[in-house]
Amino acid sequence: MDLENQKRVLELSEKFGKENVVVVLGASEAETAGLAAETVAAGDPTYAGPLAGVSLGLAVYHIFELKEEVDADVYDEQCGMMEMVLDVDAIGAEVKTIRDQYSKF
Amino acid sequence: MLQDKKVIIIGDRDGIPGPAIEECVKTAGADVVFASTECFV
Repeated sequence: MDLENQKRVLELSEKFGKENVVVVLGASEAETAGLAAETVAAGDPTYAGPLAGVSLGLAVYHIFELKEEVDADVYDEQCGMMEMVLDVDAIGAEVKTIRDQYSKF
Repeated sequence: MLQDKKVIIIGDRDGIPGPAIEECVKTAGADVVFASTECFV
């Protein structure tokens, strides 16, 4: 994850409280989704950014996992096209694995 | 699940961009505190 975004995630989780924050991802591949999820839940696996060694344990989901939570028409308009071309199941499974392992909230 | 939560959005230019995710999660009652779109190219 981009270093500036890591910094913002760290600042916002301190400001609002880790239990009140949810991170929502839009990554196009399972691998990048997993890396981003790991970064905000367990710490930066590349040890390059502000979250290196910082295990925030934030709740993290890919937007595809939240389909049932969102208004159906809006979801269809904003995500419908990409849902057809991306591997929704693989992305969801990867993010869920990280969440089950590291998310504390 | 998202009702009244402070949501941080990390979108992807090649996947779902930040503004699209923002439109979606707002309908679930989320309070979006940061939205970004990353580019992995």
